[in-house]
Amino acid sequence: MKKTLAIVAAALTAASVTLPVSAHRAWILPVATVLSSDDPWVSFDAAISNDIFHPDYHAMRLDGVQAIGPDGQPVELQNSHSGKHRSNFDLNLAQPGTYKVYSASAGLSARWETADGERKFWPGRGERPDPEGFKKNVPMDGKNLQITQGSRRLETFVTAGAPSTTALKASNVGLELVPVTHPNDLYAGEAATFTFLIDGEPAVGAEVAVIPGGSRYRDAQAEIKLSSDDKGQVSIDWPQAGMYFLEAEYSDDRAEAPATSRRGTYTATFEVLPL
Amino acid sequence: MLKRVTRLLPLSALALAGAVQGQTLEVDLGIPRLQVAEYHKPYVALWVAREDNSVAANLAVLYDVELKDEEGEKWLKDMRQWWRRSGRSLDMPIDGLSGATKGPGEHRLVFSDRVADLAPGEYRLMVEAAREVGGREMLEVPFQWPPQKTLEAAASGDEELATVKLILAP
Repeated sequence: MKKTLAIVAAALTAASVTLPVSAHRAWILPVATVLSSDDPWVSFDAAISNDIFHPDYHAMRLDGVQAIGPDGQPVELQNSHSGKHRSNFDLNLAQPGTYKVYSASAGLSARWETADGERKFWPGRGERPDPEGFKKNVPMDGKNLQITQGSRRLETFVTAGAPSTTALKASNVGLELVPVTHPNDLYAGEAATFTFLIDGEPAVGAEVAVIPGGSRYRDAQAEIKLSSDDKGQVSIDWPQAGMYFLEAEYSDDRAEAPATSRRGTYTATFEVLPL
Repeated sequence: MLKRVTRLLPLSALALAGAVQGQTLEVDLGIPRLQVAEYHKPYVALWVAREDNSVAANLAVLYDVELKDEEGEKWLKDMRQWWRRSGRSLDMPIDGLSGATKGPGEHRLVFSDRVADLAPGEYRLMVEAAREVGGREMLEVPFQWPPQKTLEAAASGDEELATVKLILAP
């Protein structure tokens, strides 16, 4: 299992990690996010499902899931297991501070048509969107060629002792969330502010949806819809304590050549505590 | 790292220290007797909060200090308001702050050193209790420091705390 994280950007472009392409939601759910004691452990579920945090569809593959500790160094996932509907793993919070658990990928994708009108796309299912594959497979003179620079990122956060921010530093690749309010310092009745970045710049107008967990025990999704402001920020009023799923999407046409558009998705799990 | 745990000083010693130092802050901490199948003494944190919720002084944190490997610290976060405002930034145990849990009944706690540096102003005594396989409850009693006259103020809980009385004398 590849665990090195030397240069995040390199790992991302190599896209050894791809999140499952699906209409379903992928999520990593910690059992708790705020921990005390000198050496706490925390367990996680990871799955892809329709209902938030209700594993009923596919276990998430863990080979793309990584963790980074309060010192910015990788932390190994322990006791990993994949069941029918969910994967589990543990994290030992051996040092105080905030840990980020994430899965991220970024790379180019392309669509075009052949001379006789057949629609083509790259990368195909199971193909890695690496630069070599792109060069080999995408005809730069293809008819109606559209090249997209895409990114996906999935995160959650846990803290032993006082929250810290080293693990929350942006990689400046794709769509990311950086805190104004610390993601492990969230309370019902207190608004939280987060900044979205696209390739390190404020992502203005990102579409954000926040959904409380437990949707299978109510009739509506109870989605909170927001759009990031000109600083890339959103302010979230948590209606009650609990686990929350956040998804954000951003796209524009300010891509680096040869791409003509860029698109990023970001999802995260947050725990909101009662005051 | 060697960590030492000392219980809160005996009341007589504290009271004596207080008498030398000047003002004391006394708390009668009421722990209710509960009819439950599995009873554990509650963890209780007592602190002095400023009006903006920041912590002016930690008074006592009562938890399972005797458990091996500092196991008891695992549940300190359940006193979630105290954990947020102060506990998460402390390296427990702390001499004179960490203390053993207390059972049902009234317990007189007397603080002098811990309030010696309180600047004059408006404060709240905060008492937060969390019990294993039980609930969590927090009470607050507003007061002014230093006390101009003898003050007795109290708040009463419904679940995890009985009456918490604050006694101040000029």
